[in-house]
Amino acid sequence: MEFLSDIASLINSTLRISTPLVFAAMAGIFAERSGVIDFSLEGKMLMAAFVAAVGTYYLGNPWIGLLLAILACVSLSMLHGFASVTHKGDQVVSCVAINILIIGLTTALAAAWFGQGGLTPTLTEEQRFLEITLPFADSLRDVPVIGIIYSDILSGHFVFVYLAYISVPIVFWIVFKTSFGLRLRAVGENPSAVDTAGINVFAMRYKALAINGVLIAFAGAHLSTAMNANFFREMSAGRGYLALAAMIFGKWHPKTALIACLLFGFTDALQIRLQGVELPAIGEIPVQLIQAIPYVLTVILLAGFVGKAIAPNAIGQPYIKER
Amino acid sequence: MVSPILELININKSFGHVQANKNINLTINKGTIHGIIGENGAGKSTLMSIVFGLYQANSGTIKVNGNEINLKSPKDSIINGIGMVHQHFMLVENFTVLENVILGFEGETVFGEKLKKAKQDLQKLCEIYNFNIDLDATISDLSVGFRQRVEILKSLYRGAEILILDEPTGVLTPQEVDELFTILRSLREEGKTIVLITHKLIEIMDLTSEVSVMRQGEMVGHTKTQDTDKEKLAEMMVGRNVLLRVDKSESKKGEIVFKVSNLTVKDDLDVMRVKNVNLEIHSGEILGIAGVTGNGQTELLEALSGIRNVEGGSVELFGEKISDKDNFLNPRMLKEKGLAHVPEDRQRMGLVTDFKASENLIFGYHDQEPFSKSSILNHKKISEYSNKIMKEYDVRPNSPDLVTSNFSGGNQQKIILSRELNENPKVLLVGQPTRGVDIGAIEFIHQRLIHMRDRGAAILLASVELDEVLSLSDRIIVMFDGKIVGEKNNKNITDRELGLLMAGVTGE
Repeated sequence: MEFLSDIASLINSTLRISTPLVFAAMAGIFAERSGVIDFSLEGKMLMAAFVAAVGTYYLGNPWIGLLLAILACVSLSMLHGFASVTHKGDQVVSCVAINILIIGLTTALAAAWFGQGGLTPTLTEEQRFLEITLPFADSLRDVPVIGIIYSDILSGHFVFVYLAYISVPIVFWIVFKTSFGLRLRAVGENPSAVDTAGINVFAMRYKALAINGVLIAFAGAHLSTAMNANFFREMSAGRGYLALAAMIFGKWHPKTALIACLLFGFTDALQIRLQGVELPAIGEIPVQLIQAIPYVLTVILLAGFVGKAIAPNAIGQPYIKER
Repeated sequence: MVSPILELININKSFGHVQANKNINLTINKGTIHGIIGENGAGKSTLMSIVFGLYQANSGTIKVNGNEINLKSPKDSIINGIGMVHQHFMLVENFTVLENVILGFEGETVFGEKLKKAKQDLQKLCEIYNFNIDLDATISDLSVGFRQRVEILKSLYRGAEILILDEPTGVLTPQEVDELFTILRSLREEGKTIVLITHKLIEIMDLTSEVSVMRQGEMVGHTKTQDTDKEKLAEMMVGRNVLLRVDKSESKKGEIVFKVSNLTVKDDLDVMRVKNVNLEIHSGEILGIAGVTGNGQTELLEALSGIRNVEGGSVELFGEKISDKDNFLNPRMLKEKGLAHVPEDRQRMGLVTDFKASENLIFGYHDQEPFSKSSILNHKKISEYSNKIMKEYDVRPNSPDLVTSNFSGGNQQKIILSRELNENPKVLLVGQPTRGVDIGAIEFIHQRLIHMRDRGAAILLASVELDEVLSLSDRIIVMFDGKIVGEKNNKNITDRELGLLMAGVTGE
């Protein structure tokens, strides 16, 4: 019985840990499917975390904090678009610039405004998002099987966790079942075909980037107003890059990207669970070794373990109409 | 009965300092096939891209059915019934035919009823014109000929009354060209107007009723096709008399110089591209390789010239084995043994386009006297040599210091030829020698190749231009799917026979 509840708590934390990755991977799918590389998921996530924490602290409502984070991230996406779509700059360089800018900016502003060494003030229980207990979770707890699945795994998450997993089928539906999705995929594969069909290539890419900004803001807000109660420096801790890797393993497809995110989330959950545990025959594994698991996995997967990932054909190339 | 459907009045268009179109006037009559002919860079494609709304003219007026229209994007021209089939197809390769056709004209936000209706409408269109296309096929699985039909279908579905085709036959086999022309004629019967852009005179004579000629951005003449002939048109295009046939004597075949046995080659994606190829070239002979692009010619030439590894088999030069799987000579060593290579993609492999002409002219010999001594370049000698050789090969303009990308395609090709031919190679490998080269320069390049042959060189010529293979080669082999599917003596062979071989139809 203890074994079962161990498994349940492992799955529970996998879902929670994967949440920002899922949002970020879905955000990445929109940008990259439209032909714009998005390395700046990391920077944008950090920006969203900062803006959500500060906005919530001053205005007292985490939803308003989220709204401000969305505004901030969409602005950053537009900046990326302005540099790399309108002015045809190098997309990777633009992203790197955004990432560096945001790391410095958030740390400096947090220090200047609050003087707590880069932390923002801790939000109160009323201010931040809290875990949601699903209806009847308590009364169903003792029912075998269903009790564990419903009460221990599905119930008791932050609102973002539910939103993240709902977003996956919605993204799938938009990308593959709507005319917007058809145009989005076309513009990342062959922008000339889109242009000659009478559709504005630049407008399509800006629209994709706007959606990208909205989605990534959820990831950041989850970090600073739900999972934690404040912002601290570099709190995104590489999740943007990890999500990008997940999106690539997932071959720019929402379903497989979700699986990759869950895999990363699972290894992370596992390494937390394994810390300090005595394993039979092996003994206690050093913490550093365990913490390296997700990264080792990334390298192994990146080395082509999951097969060759074929990127959208026109990715990274600014659209130039007249020579 | 004859009424103009499309009128262009005083169209001007510049790209930077280059004026691509100067005061163009053109009237196209309804229900005709109207040819627009001109050399590469004459401004034909630019003009038609303006009509299609892809580029915006600097000045001028465009009228459709007598009404002035304002074209800001392809959307405007599509609304006005103008469709265009581009030289490089505007298709999304991993989409289905259906998805490509409806792109931009989905008619609904979420796919449902309209998609079903579009499919039915398209099936009807396919039946009317006998297109024989599977709407659910993915573009990347289709042959070039079928992709072109998808482009035509796309324009028709979007309501095109005027269909512009930009160099439609460049990538097709002769049979596919026939099929295309049948489709175009039946479109004309249905009352559609067709504008055919081409540099091939024979297509103009075959298909059009009226023809307009462009030269250096200007419209230099309009005429009824029945009132003109190929020679007159060529003269209008180039501005001087041009020899359309290649004058050559019987070849004086010598010993076998170059021998390829059981050669197999893989491409970058590890796909077998050249399968068990055997061939021999004698001195004083041009061996032509005919075939549709992508049937292994590229990889064969790359392997023979030492820039791609050989998977199996061997290559012999004068009886000496120069390449097999384990021993592989690099291009430099091959060059020293007397092998020269004019690559198919001259801008990617033949030239450093950002270099000066003089630098490209000596590339590969730059470390030899008199061009350099103790690793230091002798600019005076290089400049003297460049001036001399550019005059000899008629490279225009004759300015060795000009950056290579500023020369036209034909003159860039002359720069490569002069470099490769100057050392009197014993074996010459040539890929697409006249791709993107204008008629005047084609004449010159062909003469040079014949000249080399007459001096005893063994020449391997790969070209997708069937006319070129037929007019230059002494013997012709046809490649299909990496294999040699036929070898013919170039005396009593028709392009029809070759075409069948190129399409993979074997057996007598």
